[in-house]
Amino acid sequence: MRRRFSSWRDLKENALRLFFAANGVLAIVILLGIFSLLFTESLPALKQLGVGEFFFHLRWDPTSPERASYGILAMVLSTLMVSFGALVIAVPVGVACAAFLADVAPPQLREVLKPVVEILASIPSVVVGFLGVVLVGPVIARVFRMPSGLCALNGALLLAVMALPTIVSICEDAIVSVPQEFKSASLALGATKWQTLVHVTLPSASSGIIAAVMLGMGRAIGETMTVLMATGNAAAVPRSFLDPVRTMTATIAIEMGETVQGSLHYQSLFVIGLVLFCMTFAVNVVSDLVLERFQRVRR
Amino acid sequence: MRKSWRKLSEALGFALLGVAALLVVAVLVLILYDIVAKGGKAVTWAFITQKPTKGMTAGGIWPAIVGTFWVSLVTVTVSVPLGMCAAIYLNEYARQGRLVRLIRVAIRNLSGVPSIVYGLFGLGLFVLTLNLGLSVLSAGFTLGLLTLPWTITASEEALKTVPFSYREGALALGATKWQTIRTNVLPYAVPGMLTGTILGLARAAGETAPILFTGAAFFWPFLARFPKVLTTQFMALPYHLFIMSTQHHEIAKVRPLAYGTALVLVMLIFVLNLGAVLIRYRFRRKFRRA
Amino acid sequence: MRRIMAILIAGVFVPTLLFSQELLQIRGSDTMVNLVQRLAEVYMEKNPQVACAVSGGGSGVGIAALIANRVHIANASREMKEKEYAAAKENGVIPVEIAIAIDALSIAVNSSNPVTKLTKDQIGAIFRGEITNWSEVGGPNLPISLYGRQPNSGTYVFFQEFVLGNKNYSPRMKQMNGNAQIVEALRTDKGGIGYVGVGYVRDEQGQVIPGLKVVEVAKDAKSPGVSPLLTENITTGRYPIARALYQYANGTPKGAVRSFIAFELSAEGQKIVEEMGFYPVSGKYLEANKKLGF
Repeated sequence: MRRRFSSWRDLKENALRLFFAANGVLAIVILLGIFSLLFTESLPALKQLGVGEFFFHLRWDPTSPERASYGILAMVLSTLMVSFGALVIAVPVGVACAAFLADVAPPQLREVLKPVVEILASIPSVVVGFLGVVLVGPVIARVFRMPSGLCALNGALLLAVMALPTIVSICEDAIVSVPQEFKSASLALGATKWQTLVHVTLPSASSGIIAAVMLGMGRAIGETMTVLMATGNAAAVPRSFLDPVRTMTATIAIEMGETVQGSLHYQSLFVIGLVLFCMTFAVNVVSDLVLERFQRVRR
Repeated sequence: MRKSWRKLSEALGFALLGVAALLVVAVLVLILYDIVAKGGKAVTWAFITQKPTKGMTAGGIWPAIVGTFWVSLVTVTVSVPLGMCAAIYLNEYARQGRLVRLIRVAIRNLSGVPSIVYGLFGLGLFVLTLNLGLSVLSAGFTLGLLTLPWTITASEEALKTVPFSYREGALALGATKWQTIRTNVLPYAVPGMLTGTILGLARAAGETAPILFTGAAFFWPFLARFPKVLTTQFMALPYHLFIMSTQHHEIAKVRPLAYGTALVLVMLIFVLNLGAVLIRYRFRRKFRRA
Repeated sequence: MRRIMAILIAGVFVPTLLFSQELLQIRGSDTMVNLVQRLAEVYMEKNPQVACAVSGGGSGVGIAALIANRVHIANASREMKEKEYAAAKENGVIPVEIAIAIDALSIAVNSSNPVTKLTKDQIGAIFRGEITNWSEVGGPNLPISLYGRQPNSGTYVFFQEFVLGNKNYSPRMKQMNGNAQIVEALRTDKGGIGYVGVGYVRDEQGQVIPGLKVVEVAKDAKSPGVSPLLTENITTGRYPIARALYQYANGTPKGAVRSFIAFELSAEGQKIVEEMGFYPVSGKYLEANKKLGF
């Protein structure tokens, strides 16, 4: 077959195809763009201070009059601590809620519950953070007889709320897509519906559930406003969930305004951004791989 | 005996799941109840239509509403055409293969990038490199990129709902690929794409972190005309809520105003979501009839 | 759908003003943002031909923006640093300093705390994390919990230089978003101590906010405690933790920038300064402003 570009029509068609292809590739370009911008902005600081300065020190105090230090360990730990705390709350509730939606709830109830999850997902993080300040904070302070309710626990509770919708909807998809044959076989062998759910359905949806948890984790790590408003932002290493913590996202949000563009402090904030990007990227890629395996098993 | 135990454990197990679901509902009800109960008193016609006055301890939030409107408009202008075209490529032109897989991975990862990192990207690219400064444009472009993964996914969903036979019919009559898409695919997919657009808007309207260093202002009480407005800073609802609850010098006193701002913001997002759901619903019914 | 869009767009366009005004961009200190916002509000009522926009973010933000020539006026609750002057010079910006108000940083505790007086050194040691219990400074046996500002605030920098002797803050200090958040926290935290501008510890009627107590500060162990709540203690310079609040303009102020600063320094402007809980410009700062022709 000889390809002919003789007619104007072919040319136009091919031009359009190229145009759309360019738009299609845009996602890759933006992703690489974000990475390369973070990388180029943070490279001078990494070169000047050395990677060790960032990754093997706890203390972050770039404006210190004594000795500026750029250790990000404390805030990485804080971020992980708040995120894990959120998952400990959100995963059991989320998975149970998803199982209820997929396996137990009558259709009418499902019609009510699904929008509830969607609405919860659409509540902006600044509103959740605001409620952390005015509602959750005072309650925590009263329960633990603490002076102020701005602490890691507050952040974890709020992040659990932020991560719940993600976990519920992806888990539900995973549970629904477990083949009916599995369940029928189990029921035919005399198992109750509950046993079937616990011993058959959930295990076969497990990789989907793991992916959901990972994505919820990614969400929690990258959340800014809620933690900025509700965790108290002390730069020390937290000793317990009742300590105020300062996460990576909050540090960027607080300090970016202070820096002179191109200064060491500015670049070191980009280093935090880069680390944050890499963390969420890793979490996403892993959950992607898990999901892919899950879908392959399905087929 | 054993049988009854099994029955009991099943009932208990299901009850537990029900409790979890109830908990999720309770969280939402608590959030909405608190905001509506305390914000309802503050939201009056004057609150919506006036500027902040008396050192932001009185007056309303009109500039913040307008600012949010303009930023969202820029957001949509960026993300919708790009998202649509990307979706058309993925769904109509591309053959399944390595490239498409890679694109999908990129889209999924983009939706997982923290919003504050988008803020850094917007600061580096739009504010500094492209020299747009702190402005509606910088913030809108940043949010446009942030919502892109959602618009692509939503547009794709919409294209997928168009039955394959529509395309075949046109191709059989000798239409080119593009003519087919233009006449037999897009018209049917537009409502679905609109849904995605509105949902993207709702996301963008509530984001704070990406506009922190791309143009949000504490006090910007006047409304410039188009196109001048695009190059100035702006007030925005979510940012306003942030400063009213953390930065203002009389937090306790302006708390009602903060609640009012929260209520307006949540209502706005709620209305947008509702609109999207309604469009989706009508659109589905039309297809069933077709 | 189209009709709804039309109504929406009309709703946005109809009330928009003709934008023939001169635009004055002011950015910087969070301590000053409420004050300058109020000043701008009153100024605009009198001068409708000028539009002022005020944003916060921290003194460093304002100064950085002035260095990059993105704003007309930078608010700063600390003096510009050598490094910043150098960076400005590189960009061809000549910062000119005007003091528009005096701020006293009050040391506030919970009203249930019996401690009434602290020396400057004690306060420094407390915030450096060297003194961790109230019993060490004559209070009850109660751990001290620290409230401070975030590093992007001029207050943080000023307090560090002036009271901590340029040493590091204790990493246990909770870094709050703003003055008001510190006040809110101290009202409930029985072991709390924090530093906030005097403008933030009083309510509308000029009374100290309920639940809060302002500690008297002494220069050293032998001196008497001085309260920041009496105006003359500030204007005479007896209160040890006071500072000027500055605005920086690029070059000697002209046009709208000049007229706005002149209004801030006028009797009416200085009255607003007092209403917002700060103190009028006095002493050497007045002299410096006179040199600029204000």
